[in-house]
Amino acid sequence: MLVLVEQSLNGLQFGLLLFLLAAGLTLVFGIMDFVNLAHGSLYMMGAYFAATFVAWTGSFVLGILLALGATLLLGILLEFIALRHLYGRDHLDQVLATFGLILFFNDAVRLIWGPAGLSLPLPAWLTVPVQIVPGVFYPAYRLSIIVVALAVAALLYVVVMRTRIGMLIRAGASNREMIGALGINIKLLFTLVFGLGAALAGLAGLMQAPILTVQIGMGENILILAFVIIVIGGIGSIRGAFLAAIFVGMIDTLGRAFLPDLLRTVLSSAAASTAAPALSSMLIYLLMAIVLVVRPEGLFPAAKR
Amino acid sequence: MKPHINASNVIAALVALCLTLLPLYSAATGNIFILTLFTRIVIFALAAASLNLIMGYGGMMSFGHAAYLGIGGYAVGILAYEGIGSGFIQWPVALAVSALYAFVIGALSLRTRGVYFIMITLAFAQMAYYVTSGLSRYGGDDGLTIYKRSNFAGLIDLSNRVQFYYLCLACLFGGVYLIWRIVNSRFGMVVQGVRSNEQRMQAIGFHANRYRLVCFVISGTICGLAGALLANNTDFISPATMYWTRSGDLMVMVILGGMGSLFGPVIGTIVFLVLEEVLSQFTEYWALIMGPLLLLIVLFAHGGIMGVLGRLSRA
Amino acid sequence: MPDSLAGPLLRVENLVRSFGGIKATDNLSLDVLPGQLHAIIGPNGAGKTTLISQLTGQLMPNSGTIHFAGREITWLPSYQRSRLGLARSFQITCLLPDFTAADNVALAAQAHDGHSFRFWGAARKERHLRDAAQAALTRVGLARRADVLVSELSHGEQRELELAVALATKPKLLLLDEPMAGLGVTESARMVALLKELRKEVTIVLVEHDMEAVFALADRITVLVYGRVIASGDPNAIRTNEEVKRAYLGDQHVVVSHG
Repeated sequence: MLVLVEQSLNGLQFGLLLFLLAAGLTLVFGIMDFVNLAHGSLYMMGAYFAATFVAWTGSFVLGILLALGATLLLGILLEFIALRHLYGRDHLDQVLATFGLILFFNDAVRLIWGPAGLSLPLPAWLTVPVQIVPGVFYPAYRLSIIVVALAVAALLYVVVMRTRIGMLIRAGASNREMIGALGINIKLLFTLVFGLGAALAGLAGLMQAPILTVQIGMGENILILAFVIIVIGGIGSIRGAFLAAIFVGMIDTLGRAFLPDLLRTVLSSAAASTAAPALSSMLIYLLMAIVLVVRPEGLFPAAKR
Repeated sequence: MKPHINASNVIAALVALCLTLLPLYSAATGNIFILTLFTRIVIFALAAASLNLIMGYGGMMSFGHAAYLGIGGYAVGILAYEGIGSGFIQWPVALAVSALYAFVIGALSLRTRGVYFIMITLAFAQMAYYVTSGLSRYGGDDGLTIYKRSNFAGLIDLSNRVQFYYLCLACLFGGVYLIWRIVNSRFGMVVQGVRSNEQRMQAIGFHANRYRLVCFVISGTICGLAGALLANNTDFISPATMYWTRSGDLMVMVILGGMGSLFGPVIGTIVFLVLEEVLSQFTEYWALIMGPLLLLIVLFAHGGIMGVLGRLSRA
Repeated sequence: MPDSLAGPLLRVENLVRSFGGIKATDNLSLDVLPGQLHAIIGPNGAGKTTLISQLTGQLMPNSGTIHFAGREITWLPSYQRSRLGLARSFQITCLLPDFTAADNVALAAQAHDGHSFRFWGAARKERHLRDAAQAALTRVGLARRADVLVSELSHGEQRELELAVALATKPKLLLLDEPMAGLGVTESARMVALLKELRKEVTIVLVEHDMEAVFALADRITVLVYGRVIASGDPNAIRTNEEVKRAYLGDQHVVVSHG
């Protein structure tokens, strides 16, 4: 029972992280109609920046804030130099160009930080376990990820649903011609949205950094997961991305935690321990395939085009 | 009427000639490395050509094509592991399993369009990737070593570098010829028509998805053959063969050479893999150059190498 | 069977299709007799294109039935209706832009000439497909533009090609959705002359805004307003119909009173 609570929290935490990544992706996708494979690279860069800046400044909080700013800046720069020329192009061109960016970022990181991974040590105050219900302790850091991610999700919700910028973003996601017709500076809006997406990806990366090793290619697997999420949720829909992210996070985490034991009841122990991770990874893709077959536009399509 | 002698056709013919004569050069100079490199190139060119059939002619942007490389490879590897060494069994099985996989994936994926199609093909390829990682009997994540190459009852010896190279080359030329016939056939006209305007094709009486699906299966089967060759070439097969970045590589090869151009993918593959090889001899950080190069190609060289050649020869 | 010969070629009964709360097709019934040119007119938003799309299967109705040549086709997909001899031209030109004019027509001929799961022989070398394409192109006056890419044809030529593509499917019934849309005076006149020829050979349903053309061509006219038939009859009856005049009052009554 305790294990179940803990694993569910882990699933929630992973889902929220995925949401941060997927939110930026789905906005950029929905508004600019831009497929950005390099989104995972921004996630990776966020983690590398955090590891570096924390080591530099000696302060966890300061380092993380610096890393967040650096990823935002990198995103804006990337949009400004390269990606804005790809808006309105074929999806395939975008896939190809941003695939090139992945190659570039992976090697750039290898050149700057070396092939070995980095680690981002937590300050002592974040390592203490917190008693969430009597008898259940949960690491403070993971708990703070949940809190921060929820806060960001709420903030994002308020920005998108309650502000003028948000109105433009929603208008853009459902009908791209309309924002042009409103006489808005689209270029600026796009740059802003892209920067926001990059910052969210960076935030996800740097929050994940203390849990996993910071390493080259860390953004790739999780990028695919983020794509799965926005496809399940419906492209351009923040709400869809949120629900799908939690769902995928839960399935992935709980699958990894409990499938081995479940499989062991039917398979040999060795076979079960190889098959279980594969099976729980497959579950997500299976889920996506089912969703797409039943609802080819995702569960919460942003709007009819 | 299209002229038959133009820059792209001349280049294509020259490349085909060079590929045919390559073993002679290798033998004369004692440069074995180049033969090894080009065996790999020829195999990937076949895979890229098959992807071009659905992507360039059929308008189906599959981001999961590497799955067939893995499926074809695992068919050979697993059968070899289980003691069935005959190529006459291994290869037909590789093709059949690839075709079956393509049929199932295609029937499901073709319900979607655009980006959703790109993503669902990617998802299925990832599933295949995880399935093979879970095959503990066949090495799981670590992959499966193939101790004996496919045995064709003495007709051809796959362990002989030159013979194997020519087998791969024959498969490539055969594949490209087949695709050429298909593209110009009634079937090919319909598939290209559906790419151009699906609604119109339905209105004049074609069941668009039926043709798309058959095209998808043909493409997957050809790529399965490339997978069988690849497994024999590396004497090894692992889930990494179908990792999504490999599917991305295949797309790059097709687009680099020129989508919807018959020989474009072959040239794209050569350029991509030779560039990778050359750059990695220069510097360990070859992708630092390759990445931005891709970006530039997308931005400035529309239609890939064959597209640029076509424009040059018309100018 | 004299009965089926005498009966309507196309029979629409109680067709309903709504979008949100709006009924674009509202309990619509319609008979098209063989050999006639049956025009459908109505102000903008009367649901003419929605009707055509339901007839050809691009859109499914909420209720009602459609019979064609004595067979119910209400739920058939569009490619099967085409096989039965129902062809359409699109209001907004809908061709294969990166194919030549001849290829566009040849594909239409191919669709009605056996199956197309033939993977080997070159389709462009099939004599009878090329001949059929050339014949249809000649019919609409495009023979000399056969090898031009559709994207390089003028708007008027594309409209004519739409017609040639529809003809190449050897239809029993031709549904033309505003073939005159966007055409200049000379081009319109050519199109009218062409339709005058065609109506001798094939039953036509014509949706058109150009009243002059409609009254010059039609054997029978049905007037739609808000998805409903408000009048149906020969051109003279429609011209004098009070309700029709009211519906068109303000924008096109001048044309209706025209000779």
